[in-house]
Amino acid sequence: MKRIEPFLALALAGAIIAAAVAAPWLRFVLTIALAKGIAVMGILLLLRAGQVSFGHALYIAFGAYTVAFLAPRVGDAAVLLPLAAIGAGALGLLIGLFVTRYRQIFFGMLNLAMSMVFYSLLEKLYALTKGSDGIRVEIMPVAGQALDRIAYEWTIFGIALALAFALALLLRLYLASPMGEALAGIKTRETRLEFMGVPARGVLLSAYVLSAMVGGLGGALIALTSRHVTPLLAYWTSSGELVFIAILGGAGGVLGPFMGAIAYELIRVYAAASFADAWQMILGAALLLVILFAPGGLWGMAARAVGGRGR
Amino acid sequence: MTDTFSRREVLAAGFGAVMLPATLSAQPAARPAEFKIGVTTFLSGPASVFGVPSRRACEMLVDQINAAGGIAGVPVRPIFVDEGPGTDHLVGEIRRLVQSEGVHALFQSISSGSCLACTPLSRELSKVNLLWDCGTQRIFEEGRWDYAFRTQGYATPEVLAPLLYLLRTKPDIRTVAVINQDYAWGRDSWEIWKTAMDALKPGVRVVAEMFPRFGSTDFSTEITRLLALRPDVVYSTSWGGELVTFIRQATERRLHERTTFVLPVAEASLQILGRSMPEGHIIGARGDHWNNHPAPRDPAAFNAFVNAYRQRFNEYPIYPCHHMAQAVWALKAAVEKAVAAKSGGWPSDAELAAAFRGLTFPTPTSTITLREDGQGLEDQIVGTSSFNPNFPFAVPKDMRLYPAAQVSAPVGQKSTDWLKTLTPALIQSAGQSI
Repeated sequence: MKRIEPFLALALAGAIIAAAVAAPWLRFVLTIALAKGIAVMGILLLLRAGQVSFGHALYIAFGAYTVAFLAPRVGDAAVLLPLAAIGAGALGLLIGLFVTRYRQIFFGMLNLAMSMVFYSLLEKLYALTKGSDGIRVEIMPVAGQALDRIAYEWTIFGIALALAFALALLLRLYLASPMGEALAGIKTRETRLEFMGVPARGVLLSAYVLSAMVGGLGGALIALTSRHVTPLLAYWTSSGELVFIAILGGAGGVLGPFMGAIAYELIRVYAAASFADAWQMILGAALLLVILFAPGGLWGMAARAVGGRGR
Repeated sequence: MTDTFSRREVLAAGFGAVMLPATLSAQPAARPAEFKIGVTTFLSGPASVFGVPSRRACEMLVDQINAAGGIAGVPVRPIFVDEGPGTDHLVGEIRRLVQSEGVHALFQSISSGSCLACTPLSRELSKVNLLWDCGTQRIFEEGRWDYAFRTQGYATPEVLAPLLYLLRTKPDIRTVAVINQDYAWGRDSWEIWKTAMDALKPGVRVVAEMFPRFGSTDFSTEITRLLALRPDVVYSTSWGGELVTFIRQATERRLHERTTFVLPVAEASLQILGRSMPEGHIIGARGDHWNNHPAPRDPAAFNAFVNAYRQRFNEYPIYPCHHMAQAVWALKAAVEKAVAAKSGGWPSDAELAAAFRGLTFPTPTSTITLREDGQGLEDQIVGTSSFNPNFPFAVPKDMRLYPAAQVSAPVGQKSTDWLKTLTPALIQSAGQSI
């Protein structure tokens, strides 16, 4: 499976590009899906340690609002993206310092609480954030190049795709490194890890900061694509959506989040298009089917199809 | 408009079409087999109390229009999209509606956040965008849109009219408290009220500003505080289930006996409240379409609309139904105007948009004119809650009609700046009794 993964990734990327060329309105949906896939890689990282964060929308929203706030001053997507990642990373370090003391449900709930605090702040600090109406992000130059709308959308799509590739590769390396392997150690038996002289909290904290950074990047990409940010990005349903995508895609490999995000967005769009009243039910049914019949998610299904082992 | 184009004009148009990007040129548009409208509205979540009735109204009107031969001979088909899942989904859906479904016009949205996010797309996609229900003043005060029009009133007149009514009927008020939902509309509508009140009647003291969480189900703390503070007026622009809950909990503790409620969006909740709505409080409808309107412009049309809706859905229409209807009627008027301007030819998107600017279209109660900035001028009627034998729920009495031009900020001015220039004389001069 490991050998096939890069080819699978290339095939997936080819399919995404083909779809974006064929249907201009899908380009938008797919850019959002890529951005969410990037953010969900952070969930996947924590899942390796057996921890589920129910509050990762915090970092998405932080990245998105970083773009919205700094866009009038900085006004270049190529600068804003790293800024969003660094900002989210710093916030992740701050929050990670104490949430990584906790495990399992406590870890999940504390994260949820944090994201809801941020959500409330975005709503309450009305004078700054314009509350639930949100802030608009105008089309901005990318790396100094002023672009028209179509070129801009293609550029952001390209950046999202390139970032998805680069980050997936990095994450794959990270997971194969001792730091990554130690994450699995936290899941199986944390005490053993400590006996080996590996500080479990440090391992989890670094994974947490990484996941916050990819979350911030994903959020920045969402803001650059939808070009309007609202506090809803930090609401608990958005965090739930990320976990949903992680389960749908499967936690076995770094391609899982992207498969999950693309499937999620496409199911939602087509369900909403066909049954405006019942799209939630269709999404729910899709998740139930995956849980019942493909516990490894889409990644697991793909792995079985090519004869490998989908964890 | 009976003469044909000269050769020079045709050549110029041809060159224009070649030189301009495809989306901008006025391509000769063929008469479509059906006129598709993309309608965004809440089909899930708390605001579906507005979204579902408005969807029904839209379906009913479209059936009526199609039975009568369509708009300019073209049948209409609405495509509904749920606003519930949030902005990034909705922005994607708007693109899908335009680029995949090929809709000819968009009706969006209930939430101001949705409108702020989606209106810029009207320019990018060059599609007529009718803002059918959202009230935020930011849209037309902070930007200029060639393809976006609001076919109803907006926050400033909808808050100012009840305030003027209050100051006229109860000129001696000294204290006021606010209890609004904690989100953009709750904050904005309070800012408008406060700014206008400070200009119209300086010296009224604000004794409490309360913004309970959006979606609250328990207001006992707020009510206790209001009972202790005894403000002359309690102002609330809450809506839906929250307003119903607040009124029920407040009347149970007899808050309504010591204070006057001013509820600018009460109309949509009155049927649910039924007899539990107290009498003698100031209620608004975001417009002039009260079920007991004493003198609608066209009583037959008004009754036909209300009765058809009642017959089909077994309830009275609420204001979002009327707002949806206004968008449909505006569309009908504009398409017919644009088709007539082309002597029967089908208008391009740009020509259709041009037909909306300055358009005056009839509603059963009055007429609405779309100003040059795209904002619609819808009259406001405010009254005092009361019961009469014709309705099983509260309806206004002692109604006053405020013509939209008197209570809207002029084109190019920000509402908050304009409200500061108001003088107390306006209280007596504005509006008329009906």
